[in-house]
Amino acid sequence: MGPMFDGPEPIYLQIAQMIRAQVLAGELAEEEQVMSTTQFATTFRINPATAAKAFAGLVDEGVLYKRRGLGMFVAPGAREKLLADHRARFFDEVLAPALAQADLLDIPTSEVVDYVLGRPRPAGPGTGGAPRTGPTTDPTPR
Amino acid sequence: MTARPARRPTDPTGPALPGPEPFAAEVRDVVVRYARGDDAPALDHATLTIRPGVITGLLGRNGAGKTTLAALLAAFRRPTSGSVRVGLPGELEDPFENVWTTTHTQLVRESGDVWESDKARDTLAYYADLRPRWDADLAARLLDELEVDVRKKPSEMSRGKRSALGAVIGLASRAPLTIFDEVYLGMDAPSRYAFYDALVADYAEHPRTVLLSSHLITEVERLFEDVVIIDRGRVLLAENADDVRARGVSLTGPADVVERHAAGREVLARQRLGGTAQVTLFGTFADDERAAAVEAGLEVGAVPVQDLFVHLTRTGRPGAGTDAEREEAR
Repeated sequence: MGPMFDGPEPIYLQIAQMIRAQVLAGELAEEEQVMSTTQFATTFRINPATAAKAFAGLVDEGVLYKRRGLGMFVAPGAREKLLADHRARFFDEVLAPALAQADLLDIPTSEVVDYVLGRPRPAGPGTGGAPRTGPTTDPTPR
Repeated sequence: MTARPARRPTDPTGPALPGPEPFAAEVRDVVVRYARGDDAPALDHATLTIRPGVITGLLGRNGAGKTTLAALLAAFRRPTSGSVRVGLPGELEDPFENVWTTTHTQLVRESGDVWESDKARDTLAYYADLRPRWDADLAARLLDELEVDVRKKPSEMSRGKRSALGAVIGLASRAPLTIFDEVYLGMDAPSRYAFYDALVADYAEHPRTVLLSSHLITEVERLFEDVVIIDRGRVLLAENADDVRARGVSLTGPADVVERHAAGREVLARQRLGGTAQVTLFGTFADDERAAAVEAGLEVGAVPVQDLFVHLTRTGRPGAGTDAEREEAR
């Protein structure tokens, strides 16, 4: 397997994130078995303890559960739980900073609402075109 | 190596299988001087603990003391002062002239620890006899995979094949303490990766204590659960690999913002391109500090072990090997 988990975060967090993403996308179904720490270690050439650390975190979160002697499985309700988590985080982590930035730039709330509702944006020289609030909060491809 | 180790145990103590649990090791205030009055000892008051059942990376520049440390643990030599203890957790003992601990400790040095003028298969037979948990099937499989011809003498082999033979001996020994001291030298990339894969797979199935020294840090750092960095005979740090990675942080963004968040910290590196700066900081970044940096629009990244290593062991680095750092090392 080629290089993976090259992000700046610790590898165990990246592994946990990968499994969460697979559960969210439905690639890992509920009650489906997850690769063992040994399989993870040999597939990605990492220390088995690193994979075990990722699994332990996901068990605490209720995403995985352990069947003694069998291995790790996706917990019932894991996908719904992750969806709920991500929905909650969307407002806190994505929308709140975007709105704070809009406030800073004196963009009236009505303009933001118009944008959200897909209405044509005012394109006069006074507003300087579409406000760009940052790479993670820009909802439109430019 | 040209001579056989002097102490070949005639009485394999303890039951052959199942073997003992993974070994731990403890080095306390160890000094090793190769010559009387030597003011640059190979190890200079080194103190560290090797956790049982863990793969520990042993990192250091040439001459830092890695090989001396490995030789102490394998009882190839004694410290000038200080104590070295090896064995089952809670029952550590002096390994020197200790048949039991040396039987269960396998050191493979870059020379491969093989007899140059004997056929490889004779060396393998010797280790098979010496190591109670020797796995002949594993040895055969790895020799095949690494294309080592056991009918040849190591003196007739390339450097890479001699190293591969040593790697096979280290893995097939399944010793409760296995030390690979720059075992990869001369091995080409496919062979090295075959070795790493075999190490991970066999370690996962048969956990044991592994100490692995290497200069190819980016290749092996993900194999490590713990990391020990030594420099000029001193232990700079000995801790969990994730903690090592968390010792540094890189900040990228507008120069003034970067500098504000870097204030009061040890800056390992500073790069600037126009109004954008990147600093590599030494020291952990607390969650709130990280959040504040992100909030301020900075990109917060980890620092690879390799970069930390280079910074920590750079010649003439201000503060290298200070008391404070030795204090931090456990």
